[in-house]
Amino acid sequence: MLESTGQFLLANPLLLALVKILIVFSVLAGIVAYLVYMERKVLAFMQARLGPMRVGPWGLLQPVADGLKLLLKEDIIPAGADGWVFLLSPAISVFAAFTVFAVVPFAGNFYVTDINIGLLFILAVSSLGIYGIILGGWSSNSHYPLLGALRSSAQLVSYEVAAGIALVGVLLISGSLSMVGIVESQQDMGVWNVFLQFPAFVIYLIAAVAETNRNPFDLPEAESELTAGFHTEYSGFRFALYFLAEYTNMVVVSCIAVTLFFGGWLRPFESVAALAFLKFAPIVASVGGAAFVLWLGLKSAVALERYFFVALAAGLVLVAILVGYPPVLNALQGIFWFSAKVLAFLYAFIWYRATFPRYRYDQLMNVGWRWLIPLALTNLIVTAVVVWWKGPHVWPLLAIDLAVMALVAYLLSLRAPATRAAPEKVTE
Amino acid sequence: MMLELLTFGILAVIALASAVMVITRRNAVHSVIWLTVTLFAVGGIYLLQHAEFLFAVQIIIYVGGIMVLFLFVVMLVNIDVAVKQARFARQGLVAVVTAALLMAQLGYALYNHGRNLGLPIRPEIPEVSQNTQAVGMVLYQNYMLPVEIASILLLVAMVGAVIMAKRKFE
Repeated sequence: MLESTGQFLLANPLLLALVKILIVFSVLAGIVAYLVYMERKVLAFMQARLGPMRVGPWGLLQPVADGLKLLLKEDIIPAGADGWVFLLSPAISVFAAFTVFAVVPFAGNFYVTDINIGLLFILAVSSLGIYGIILGGWSSNSHYPLLGALRSSAQLVSYEVAAGIALVGVLLISGSLSMVGIVESQQDMGVWNVFLQFPAFVIYLIAAVAETNRNPFDLPEAESELTAGFHTEYSGFRFALYFLAEYTNMVVVSCIAVTLFFGGWLRPFESVAALAFLKFAPIVASVGGAAFVLWLGLKSAVALERYFFVALAAGLVLVAILVGYPPVLNALQGIFWFSAKVLAFLYAFIWYRATFPRYRYDQLMNVGWRWLIPLALTNLIVTAVVVWWKGPHVWPLLAIDLAVMALVAYLLSLRAPATRAAPEKVTE
Repeated sequence: MMLELLTFGILAVIALASAVMVITRRNAVHSVIWLTVTLFAVGGIYLLQHAEFLFAVQIIIYVGGIMVLFLFVVMLVNIDVAVKQARFARQGLVAVVTAALLMAQLGYALYNHGRNLGLPIRPEIPEVSQNTQAVGMVLYQNYMLPVEIASILLLVAMVGAVIMAKRKFE
């Protein structure tokens, strides 16, 4: 029956795409919900507290509770709010966030589609998210959201430029705009793009954090500054949609960074035969997960929770045994490594939130325009020259790139500061 | 072929309808939103012509950059005054007559010579299969001079904008 379903799907490519879209969408919605939970837990542990613990064992049902609460809340529309635009803005944000997943390759053979302008498509659709923010802030008919929206969109537009220029470096090396083509070029070269374009990766990472309005660039939605910025007047499910869009954006930029710089679904050191034992990483991950769940769960005071965690650990051990079966192991390699890398990036995003203080708005603009864009342009020029001269190899590309970037960064630091210095001393 | 015609029909209707909405809305932000819809539809028509690069760049630059700037300006400028003014300027009748004449002239030209709308000289594109590569090759080999002139124009515009903005704070 499985084969006939498979053949039926392959015969109707549109239907196959629809099924893939359904899978990707539902898995993503679940991931985003538990990303919120993961953020609260990780932030809490970094701040020496426990995070959500009440709803379900170790707070695992917290996302469900949050979702239900937001769905059942009263839907308040401010007086004087611009009818259709107010209703449409969260939808625009969610649309822009989810559409990008149509071109992200999750594994060698699992992607919704692969268009030959994949990278341009991603840049185009990500820039549509700005409309959700601007129109949401404006249509609320209130000054805090309007200010927050304008600030946020100015920030997004600025960092989009830097991100785009940084990504062109990757394009120069791989010679293709299609996402699958870029991963395959990394496979052919035997080295991930992060080693060839490390400065571009750093610039893209910083720009990505700013693009998603995450700390340290989250002034537009900081509670102490602008009472939640552009989504102040949104309550209930509309706010949940904005929240969903923001966390989906986080996953999107992580997926893009992984695909472009870290080899997408490729196993680390695929070309080194001695490290072939890394193939067994999914089994190790499942067993490790089971051990971790047991260690955490057995500390619980409630007997029912202990049973739940033992059952969960047993389930994970079963998964490890299932994955150990060689055909399954080979089939799962791609998606496992992709998910592991994306999870590492998401953890880094949460780590930044726990670590860095917030940038002031003028500092934020300063970093975007006066540092990231010149450095990204420098990286582009150096990459273009070196690739033309010597070809895309780690040495001398990385060495020359780092040297020139360091020089340019030093020269940039010699400029007069953009913001006015401390006011002159008042002479008594 | 049928699907292509149908898609073109839908996109053309959307483009025309939203263009009409742009000029008939009272609220300036609504006009900007409808203009964005028009630009999307035009991008879709580019995609129908297998010009994927142009479609993506239209979305990135026009919809994602220029229309955002339009929105900024519309939101920051006091538009109450504009709303109170009459929606169409006093030369409405002359404008309609002129537009009708132009449409008649263009219609006549298209009706008689619409078959010859292809390029007179096909540029020498090497064997590439993808639109982006083809655009790149043609731009940087056959049309290098216009590209350089356009980039100087953009540079002048940027520098001029910075100077004019700085002068305000003097």
